[in-house]
Amino acid sequence: MRDAFNTELNRLASEDENILLLTADIGFQVFDEFRRNYPDRFYNVGVAETNMIGMATGLALSKKKPFVYTIIPFLTMRAFEQIRTDVCIMNQPVKIVGVGGGVAYGTLGPTHHSLVDLAILRTLPNMTVVTPCDPIETMLATRASIDHNGPIYIRLGKNGEPIIHKNEYEFVIGKSVELLSGNDAVIISCGFVTNVALDTARSLSDDGINIGVLNMHTLKPIDTSAIIDIADKTNLILTVEEHNIIGGLGSAVAEVLSENGCNALHKRIGIRDNFCYGVGSQDFHLEKNGISVSNITQIIKKELNK
Amino acid sequence: MTKTINELEKIAAGLRLEILDMVIRANGGHIGGSFSVIDTLTALYMNILNHDPQNPSWENRDRLLYSKGHSCLALYTVLGECGYFGKKLLKKYAVDDGAFAGHPEREFIPGVEITAGSLGHGHSLGVGMALAGKIDSKDYRVFVVSSDGELNEGSTWEAIMSASQYNLDNLTMIIDYNKYISLGTINSIMNIDPLKKRFESFGWAVNEIDGHNMEEIISSLDKIPFKKGKPSAIIANTIKGKGVSFMENVPMWHFRAPSPEEALQAREELKKVLKK
Repeated sequence: MRDAFNTELNRLASEDENILLLTADIGFQVFDEFRRNYPDRFYNVGVAETNMIGMATGLALSKKKPFVYTIIPFLTMRAFEQIRTDVCIMNQPVKIVGVGGGVAYGTLGPTHHSLVDLAILRTLPNMTVVTPCDPIETMLATRASIDHNGPIYIRLGKNGEPIIHKNEYEFVIGKSVELLSGNDAVIISCGFVTNVALDTARSLSDDGINIGVLNMHTLKPIDTSAIIDIADKTNLILTVEEHNIIGGLGSAVAEVLSENGCNALHKRIGIRDNFCYGVGSQDFHLEKNGISVSNITQIIKKELNK
Repeated sequence: MTKTINELEKIAAGLRLEILDMVIRANGGHIGGSFSVIDTLTALYMNILNHDPQNPSWENRDRLLYSKGHSCLALYTVLGECGYFGKKLLKKYAVDDGAFAGHPEREFIPGVEITAGSLGHGHSLGVGMALAGKIDSKDYRVFVVSSDGELNEGSTWEAIMSASQYNLDNLTMIIDYNKYISLGTINSIMNIDPLKKRFESFGWAVNEIDGHNMEEIISSLDKIPFKKGKPSAIIANTIKGKGVSFMENVPMWHFRAPSPEEALQAREELKKVLKK
């Protein structure tokens, strides 16, 4: 996703001279091309996330289109108050791009895991929250952010994620994408772990169980009507996210189901309110926390009495 | 139309009276810090800033970022004096369905460049705006008015560090150094001295002045940038509550409304300046 973001950003910057990139000393060699092509539009502000958000807002107030980029916990938590006060209260079009969603930086430990970012950013008025599931969607989300009139957060994974969308499609912020149809159960997912949702659905189809998969790439504004439609046609909804089950996709979907009197049972798959202690890769932590084909399959089979 | 020193002093005295009225009407307000900064603010808006109150979003205007948002009474009165809005509107300060909150909001008040209130924000915003000016080769200038208290915030020093890194000589920071924060003297609570040396060591050119001496204020502002390629800092030594004897350097007047008797005395003292 990182390279897809970078490639698209370079392309967009060639079309719009107001596009700037600020990083807090993250992205070794990643932005060399951008820096070479646009030396006066690239700023490594050093290890200073709060200043980066403030500067970006000052630039946005001066008609610039700044992207800010660094590792998610430092970007969204260290500078959270700047994001609220500078970016969101003044409703400025700062594009906040975080790298390392969920446990993508597995072995770097809990300081580098991002398991609360979706929850905290979702609570900010004016903020849009997008979690692309693969490189193509990252590219499309980056493109869509350019003329987005307000703050936007794009949560990237790391790099080398599998391709889900083989081709570009008509990406609209706030409009979810049905990746698989099926009514025995529907998995609503976001981000990298949409792969896990798809693998689960494919695996269950061998047992004659039809699982739908809905890619909820935008957490806010959430696609309310798509969720209500799903609840009308299935009795079992699962949400799969690489995030604490408190406040993220699971919570957002539950809010819609609850307020609209939907009867479908909803199970949340995610990090169950714990830090991911222990040393291991992204796959290791996902497996350990039940964000896995085997665990989700088991849950679905149990609920369907199969 | 620039004003004479005497005219500026009288305008500032008049604005202190307006601030006093607003505080009485709202039964509260950050009066101490508004009185300490009002002389500098008057000088800036009347004689220094290149701006157009009829066209607040004019692209080439000088930008004044009022970071010490709690002392908004000073900003509101000076913007009213400039004609950004009718002065009658000042009566709608901190009342239900009002026009002016206890901290300035960019969205709702003409002439307010940034929403402020959370301290330590204007500095980075100013760096961003000054940088945009450099990128676009514009000749507008950016002024950040900072309290001394917010220099306790780490974020301000991140901004101060970056301003010199980017050679932002179109950026000027004015520190309203009234020496008091909410609960007492700043240097007994969390020392910021030696302030001039600290700014210099961060790569700024610094001028230290008496922030109530209109001649010194104007003379200093006339000289910016103090050094080509460097951001400028003006340390304005001021007195919290300046202009009313019983408020000066008394922490309680950080946020407070005077009693009717106190209001009477305050008015008398402030009016004396008007007659000078």
